[in-house]
Amino acid sequence: MKSWMPFEWIAAIRFLREGRMQSLLIIVGVGVGVAVIVFMSALLSGLQANLVKRTLSSQAHIVLLPPEEIARPQSPAAGIALRLQKQAQRLRSIDQWQQIQARLEGLPNIAAISPMASGPAFVVRGDANKAITLLGIDPVRYSGVIALPERMVAGQLRVGAGEAVIGIELAKDLGADIGDKIRVTTAGDATETFTVTGLFDLGNKGVNARNVYVSLRSAQSLLDLVGGVSSIDISLHDIDEAERLASKIAAETGLTADSWIKTNAQFVTALTSQRVSSNVIRFFIGLSVAFGIASVLVVSVIQRAREIGILRAMGASQGQMLRIFLLQGGIVGFFGSLLGSGLAWTFLMLWRLMARNPDGTPMFIIGVDPWLVAIAAGGASLVGILAALLPARRAARLDPVVAIRG
Amino acid sequence: MADPVTHPVLQLSGIRKSYGSGETETEILHGIDLRLERGEFAALIGPSGSGKSTLLNLIGLLDRPSGGQLFIDGQETGQLDDTGLTRLRGQRIGFVFQHHHLIPAFTALENVAMPLLVARGRPDADMFAQAGRLLDQVGLAERKQNLANQLSGGQQQRVAIARALAMSPSLVLADEPTGNLDTHSADDVFALLREVNTRLNTTFLIVTHDRRLAARCDRIIEMVDGDIVADDRVHDKLPA
Ligand SMILES: Nc1ncnc2c1ncn2[C@@H]1O[C@H](COP(=O)(O)OP(=O)(O)O)[C@@H](O)[C@H]1O
Ligand SMILES: [Mg+2]
Repeated sequence: MKSWMPFEWIAAIRFLREGRMQSLLIIVGVGVGVAVIVFMSALLSGLQANLVKRTLSSQAHIVLLPPEEIARPQSPAAGIALRLQKQAQRLRSIDQWQQIQARLEGLPNIAAISPMASGPAFVVRGDANKAITLLGIDPVRYSGVIALPERMVAGQLRVGAGEAVIGIELAKDLGADIGDKIRVTTAGDATETFTVTGLFDLGNKGVNARNVYVSLRSAQSLLDLVGGVSSIDISLHDIDEAERLASKIAAETGLTADSWIKTNAQFVTALTSQRVSSNVIRFFIGLSVAFGIASVLVVSVIQRAREIGILRAMGASQGQMLRIFLLQGGIVGFFGSLLGSGLAWTFLMLWRLMARNPDGTPMFIIGVDPWLVAIAAGGASLVGILAALLPARRAARLDPVVAIRG
Repeated sequence: MADPVTHPVLQLSGIRKSYGSGETETEILHGIDLRLERGEFAALIGPSGSGKSTLLNLIGLLDRPSGGQLFIDGQETGQLDDTGLTRLRGQRIGFVFQHHHLIPAFTALENVAMPLLVARGRPDADMFAQAGRLLDQVGLAERKQNLANQLSGGQQQRVAIARALAMSPSLVLADEPTGNLDTHSADDVFALLREVNTRLNTTFLIVTHDRRLAARCDRIIEMVDGDIVADDRVHDKLPA
């Protein structure tokens, strides 16, 4: 008997130890439930983090654009009904973009700001002629938003005068390599020749085929935006705040501010519904674990009626009996959660071995967050105590006379 | 608190007990008056179903009477709530049951220390020393670390007696303590109760079917159908 342990703990542990088989089975039961919950949570958050990361590898968290021009009703005489039609957007500069950039720099949660001049263009090399998006950037600022330097597969991210960085798809389409020349023409018939200094792979075929990075100054003159920028890309520390911050910036500056959450609304909705359905599953697993613990303890109260009666006859209070059974629930939950976390860890190791890309690299990295284990342990102990509430009350209210006679 | 020396250990007046309600209500005890002085060694006899166990449970504060008054060491118990009854029971009353009722998950020593543990909340060296002495006194010095179900019936009943004495109660209630034992063990257990009574002056009320054992008590109280029909002092050892 450990001298520091209160009577209730001693009795709870002895009762569990004496009912060896029962206790073991229910701890395993709780363990399996906890393992599924922990494994599912780790898998899901790993999967979602990975999907979000892939999605955002070629996207800014918030993009600021000039305010949309008000759509005006066309001449009523022209049609039967009044029709509202969105006007084709001309390439316009953001007014006073330097001041806006300076204002943004003072806001919390902003990791990087990258103004850019971008617009449609054609690239010509020999017989090949491709429609592209010309992006004029400050490479240092832009790298804070999109991890372009990490995505370079050949050459380097260098966009000095007359230099361009293109995607691997475009390079293939044009048959161009590092050091080759390409000619870029815009709708306004401005033309400039660039030397390819680097090839990137942003993991998105469309982006790899379309994006051509040049210096801000070159893009400005080609796109007839001298001194101006067509958009400002922003990256954040906390991406979940994107929508809230975008609305705030839009309200303050009058610009159009699109968050990645809005731009990828379907994707975000899919992630959310995945989380909701996994929460529902977790809830029901927790519930069945709770019912398992409760049913084992209800049986235990009936089996131990006589011992409960004796303890009451020896002066044990209703509160002491209540606590003995609540503790049994909590202890079962706690040890079940430790077993479950161990099982989940094993599953995840196996998953890591088996879920691999065709090239043998892990599909994505998931780990058991120590916090998840701590929460599982705390949660399972709490569920155990709650599940024990009903049986424990029965134990406390047992009539000792009936218990002893029976 | 009432002084146990100037008050009888137990005083019952007009104790009634009914079970059920309305049409099915049956009165089991019809107004029991009884008084036990300190150090008495009394037998409670009577046919099966006469209400002996019911009365013992009321005296032991495990149940509440339907009417009448019950004093333990001079303290009226009718006004106490469950917590008060539990505390008074733990401190003043020891139980020995027919089916010995040890707790199988604990050793003999731990079973004897259990009332002390329940009262104090945490184990301490003193309670095990005391439990050890009690086991020595009931002749089980060698069996302290045995689990309850590793003991014979007679041994288990000795452990139960030691446990009943752990809190130095004023009153020990024994409901057919020898009912499950062979004659030899029964004699031993009975002798042990008597010895404790003589040495510690603890009051005993013992329900028994065995007239031979009852005859070895100082006083024989006989019940029939929920009434006390006879109350005889066998020896005139006690002051009249
Ligand atoms: N909980 C109860 N409900 C109804 N009747 C009871 C209950 N407990 C005891 N009785 C009845 O009370 C009477 C006395 O029982 P008991 O005190 O056990 O007698 P004894 O111990 O003298 O054999 C019996 O008729 C028994 O059936
Ligand atoms: Mg009886």
